[in-house]
Amino acid sequence: MASLIPCPHCGSRPKEEFVVKGAAIPRPAPDAGADAWFGYVYLRDNPRGPYDEFWHHTSGCRRWLIVTRDTVTHDIYASRDAAKIGEATP
Amino acid sequence: MRFSALSIILNGLSGNTNWSAHWRRPEPKPDYDVVIVGGGGHGLATAYYLAKIYGVQNIAVLEKAYVGSGNVGRNTTIIRSNYMLSENNPFYELSMKLWEGLEQDFNFNAMVSQRGVLNLFHSDAQRDSYTRRGNAMRLHGVDADLLDRRAVQSLYPFLDFANARFPIQGGLLQRRGGTVRHDAVAWGYARGANGYSVDIIQNCEVTSIRTSNGKAIGVETTRGYIGCGKLALAAAGNSSRVAAMAGLKLPLESHVLQAFVSEGLKPFINGVVTFGAGHFYVSQSDKGGLVFGGDLDGYNSYAQRGNLATVEHVAEAGKAMIPALSRLRVLRSWGGIMDMSMDGSPIIDRGHLDNLYLNAGWCYGGFKATPASGYCFAHLIAKNEPHETARAFRLDRFRRGYIIDEKGQGAQPNLH
Repeated sequence: MASLIPCPHCGSRPKEEFVVKGAAIPRPAPDAGADAWFGYVYLRDNPRGPYDEFWHHTSGCRRWLIVTRDTVTHDIYASRDAAKIGEATP
Repeated sequence: MRFSALSIILNGLSGNTNWSAHWRRPEPKPDYDVVIVGGGGHGLATAYYLAKIYGVQNIAVLEKAYVGSGNVGRNTTIIRSNYMLSENNPFYELSMKLWEGLEQDFNFNAMVSQRGVLNLFHSDAQRDSYTRRGNAMRLHGVDADLLDRRAVQSLYPFLDFANARFPIQGGLLQRRGGTVRHDAVAWGYARGANGYSVDIIQNCEVTSIRTSNGKAIGVETTRGYIGCGKLALAAAGNSSRVAAMAGLKLPLESHVLQAFVSEGLKPFINGVVTFGAGHFYVSQSDKGGLVFGGDLDGYNSYAQRGNLATVEHVAEAGKAMIPALSRLRVLRSWGGIMDMSMDGSPIIDRGHLDNLYLNAGWCYGGFKATPASGYCFAHLIAKNEPHETARAFRLDRFRRGYIIDEKGQGAQPNLH
C-alpha cells in the first residue's frame, strides 16, 4: 500500500488515518429488483489494476472518500468525496 | 520410482546420484480431455484424484509460474476440521481423513503431524460459543475437547494467562489437527499426478478462454493454444480474472494475507495455538522457526506482499498471547493472494458454460482443504454432479440466500 492517501479535504495524509471499506459501487434504487441488488451485494469486478474503493478518513475529516488505487502497484491515481459517486473518475 | 526404506538406503549407497525428477516437464499437447487452470495444491490434487480415483486420462495442469510458487507454498501449514456449520464440517473432516492417509496414498513424505490445534477463549461468551462449536463437531463425529484454564496451562505454561484485558479461560482442542509440510504437499501431488501421466505444464499462463456454442473449447496461453474437453478453474487469488475470461463475474475479492517465520528456536510450541482475542495463530516448524500469521491487510490486492502496519498488528497480537515473543527475531515475512468469498466459504460448482468447472473462494482456509478440494472437484468434473460433502458449495447460493457464513460476518470479504 502507498504510505500516503490524498484526501480532497485534508491533503496528503498517512494511510493509517484511513479505513478501507471496499468496492465503490453505486447503491441501487430500493425497487431496482433482485438482480441489481444481488450484483451490488455479492458480485465484484475484482480487477488486477486500477480500482475505485471506499475509504473512510476515520482519523481526519471523517468523510467517506472514493480512492482510485492500483491493486498491484498500490499507486493512488485519484481521490474524491464519496458524495460524487456515480460521476466519472477524474 | 517408489520411495521406500530400501530405496533410500540403496540410493544413499550410490551417493544419491540416481534419483530421477519427480515430474516431467512436457511440451503442451494440442488438446486434452481435461484442462485444469492453476497448478497449486488444489489444481494438482484435482488432477491426481481425477486420474487415480475417477480414471480420467489425458489431463493437463497449467501453472503460470512453477509448482509451489503460489499459496500452497505461502500458508502457515495448519490442518484442522473444527468447523461448526453442517455444510462445512463433513467436507473439512473428509479433508482431515485424506490428510491422515495421504503419505501412504501418494508415497511421499508430507510430514503430516497431528500435534493438535488449540483455540483459546477469553470470556464466558466465547467459552459458550466454543462449546457449541465443539458439540457441533462431535455430532459430526469429529474430535473436540474443551479444556479449562488448568489444562491449557499444563500444555502451554508460557501463555499470558493473567493478561489484564484478555485473560485465558481455556481452549477448544482438536487433537487430530496439526501441521503438514506445505511444499511437500505440492510436490507429492505433482509427483503423484505425473505418475498417472498428467501433464504438468509450468510457466504457462492462460491469457484467454475460447468459447463456442456455450462451451469452452480451449485456452490461449503464453505457450500457445490448448484445446480442452472440460475446463476446470482452480486459480485461487486470480480466480476472478480467469473467470472473467469466460465472461463470468464471481462473488470474490482478492486480498493479501501475510505470514511470518522466526529464527530457529529449541522446541517451544508443541502444537498449533490460536489467540481468541485477536487474530493470531502460531506453530513451530520442525526446523525450529515459529510460523505465524494474523489478519488480512484489509484492502484488495494482487501484490504478494503486505504492509508494515499489519506486521506490527500481528506482532502485538502475538505478544499479547505469548509475552516471550517480544524477544523473538522475525526471519522472513511474505504475502499470498486469497480469493475471499462473500460468505467466507468456498465454491466448488459448475460454471455458466456446459463444460466449465469452478473451484474458488477458499479465503484463507485453502491449505487444510487441499485433499478434499481436489477430491470433490475431481468428482464434480468426472461425474457432473457434486460430491456429497461439497453439495452446499454452490455458486448460486448467494443469489438464492443460502450463504454459509461460519463467522456471521456478512458480505464483507475483508472481515472473514
